[in-house]
Amino acid sequence: MTLDELKIGHKSKIIEVGGEGALRRRLLDMGLTPHTEVMVRKVAPMGDPIEIHLRGYELTIRIDDAKKIEVEGTLDR
Amino acid sequence: MIFALAGNQNCGKTTLFNQLTGSNQHVGNFPGVTVERKDGVIRGHHDVTVVDLPGIYSLSPYTSEEIVTRDFLLNNHPDGIINIVDATNIERNLYLSMQLIELNLPMVIALNMMDEVRANDGTIIIEKFQKELGVPVVPISASKNEGIDELIETAISTAGAKQKPKRQDFCTGAVHRAIHSVAHLVEDHAERIGVPPRFAATKLVEGDAPMMNALSLSENEKDMVGHSVTEMESELGTDREAALADMRYTFIEGLCKDTVVKMGESKEHRRSVAIDNILTHKYLAIPIFLAIMMLVFYLTFGVIGSALSDLLSFVIDFVTGAASAGLTAYGINPVVHSLLIDGVFAGVGSVLSFLPIIVVLFFFLSILEDSGYMARVAFVMDKLLRKIGLSGRSFVPMLIGFGCSVPAIMATRTLSSERDRKMTILLTPFMSCSAKLPIYAMFTVAFFPKHRALVMIALYVTGIVIGIISGLILKSTIFHGKPVPFVMELPNYRFPSAKSVALLMWDKAKDFLMRAFTVIFVATIIIWFLQTFDTRFNVVATSADSMLAGIGKLIAPLFAPLGFTDWRVSTALITGFTAKEAVVSTLAVLTGTSVSNLPAALAQLFTPLTAWSYLTFTLLYTPCVAAISAVRREMNSTKNAVAMVFYQTGVAWIVAFLVYHIGLLIFH
Repeated sequence: MTLDELKIGHKSKIIEVGGEGALRRRLLDMGLTPHTEVMVRKVAPMGDPIEIHLRGYELTIRIDDAKKIEVEGTLDR
Repeated sequence: MIFALAGNQNCGKTTLFNQLTGSNQHVGNFPGVTVERKDGVIRGHHDVTVVDLPGIYSLSPYTSEEIVTRDFLLNNHPDGIINIVDATNIERNLYLSMQLIELNLPMVIALNMMDEVRANDGTIIIEKFQKELGVPVVPISASKNEGIDELIETAISTAGAKQKPKRQDFCTGAVHRAIHSVAHLVEDHAERIGVPPRFAATKLVEGDAPMMNALSLSENEKDMVGHSVTEMESELGTDREAALADMRYTFIEGLCKDTVVKMGESKEHRRSVAIDNILTHKYLAIPIFLAIMMLVFYLTFGVIGSALSDLLSFVIDFVTGAASAGLTAYGINPVVHSLLIDGVFAGVGSVLSFLPIIVVLFFFLSILEDSGYMARVAFVMDKLLRKIGLSGRSFVPMLIGFGCSVPAIMATRTLSSERDRKMTILLTPFMSCSAKLPIYAMFTVAFFPKHRALVMIALYVTGIVIGIISGLILKSTIFHGKPVPFVMELPNYRFPSAKSVALLMWDKAKDFLMRAFTVIFVATIIIWFLQTFDTRFNVVATSADSMLAGIGKLIAPLFAPLGFTDWRVSTALITGFTAKEAVVSTLAVLTGTSVSNLPAALAQLFTPLTAWSYLTFTLLYTPCVAAISAVRREMNSTKNAVAMVFYQTGVAWIVAFLVYHIGLLIFH
């Protein structure tokens, strides 16, 4: 599944960051590397972007970009 | 001795810079780009300068902030790097440190927010930590001013001894082999252009195009680099960029496992999550945001700003009156008297009255920014602005534009991307500023007494719609190409430091005053000159004979297609260039009536339709001279500022033309 499909409050682990260029590089630089645990914290009031939690901090990314991030299924809550 | 201060955004870099330098700062842009650069002398060390580089997360070649940082570090040869690392968010912060180490410059890590780590039962074994990284590490708390002296001492001694990082190699396996073989291959090329071979090799393996070009490798060498990379990729089963990011984070995870006793979830983080449950709440977020902005506007333009403005204009009037009386008593030539009083004092005085508003607005803005709330605004509003190719970050400057374009344009400094910043600057003046309100008020009384509010709302909406259309056009023309990705950190809420807020206010006030006494000063004197003399340089009896009126008559035909032909009307547009309020006072002077009788006089000059066309034109045409000088400063380009004047005036003409002719079709 991809990161945008993960429900609010659920955790998973990153498998791969797809896409290309500046965006992908930025995601990797921000620590979205394979095996990193991520949790979806919330969705913005207008339905996009989303707020995720990883490596002890909060990051916001757009749903279109979250679709490019492959994650394992939902881990235990 | 010159130090570069580098670190992530939101890691306390500005606070540390302020602690190091006090108010001894110089703010400017990097040459050729609108990326902020601040210099300052370290307190107590006259010969030591520190340059505050933009907050970045990596040294990738994608954003202008990252490029200017690495160009500065490679080309300006600072004596050392002070790398500030947020200890509460250590993994991601060290990612940049590892790339900085590869630059092979003397470097010190300032481990910030150690007080917070300790308060939450965490600790970092500094001895082991700095041994593993190979650079000195000094724990500090920038906000509490702890460890700063030790940091300065360590930085100066490390740079003085030219002590380079002791370790360069943090990788293993396939990545290690690839970097080594490439480093060997490009060593001569790298040394020729003054780039550390190790850094060059890593960047080549990562697929960094600018570095590849800079090194001017032969085709054969390029093939060999490509071969090393392909070998690494097939061995790891991943691509080059992911492989290097993974390598760095793997090392960091290992390092942290050995040396960092992780703190539990910090008080600050728990508090942040709790605050966000309200401030970014699904239904409450937008109403709360609007309420906060309304309060800021009310306090700035209503309560504090207007009180201070009144006080300031009282002082200015008093000084002007005293100067005027003094000059008259001295028996000075009446023209010089007019130059000083009507030109200099009146001109600079009217611009100075902006100052309290700017200072007060920046007081609130810096609190919103430093507390971490601005990032939430960007999160909440992003979806709206994305359609015109911007991100949520641009929302606040544009909103401030409804108050005054000058602080709005100055507020674009908080945007991290150069492209977004330029585009926001261009769109902000379409948000109708408060100085245009007296014009709307006057015209709606005269022509639309029953529908005043409706007409005003229609004007504001026109401005917004034209702004959106301009955004769409800019997005697909000048700012074509990919916007900077919206991947933004939401930092913990923090209490803003009084020192940072005060320094920012001082900085903005200084910046504005400097412009008030240079560009704006000259512009107001030119307008005075044109208003006072006729073409034979005789002092005119009534302003109807002045050069300004002559220019007004000359350009009046340009406005005939818009429905208004009277020269007094076009002359008022010219004086509106100094400040928009001047449109109303000029119309009063030229029609020979008082402001209270102006509506009746205007009825002689306009029909409701041409009045609407005129209002549309004043809504959209060139911003005032204070705003233009802000644009020039922030864009770092006179050409862009002039282009903007023509663009906006052209847009205003076209839209007013459409309003007038569509109106004619409907009503006749």
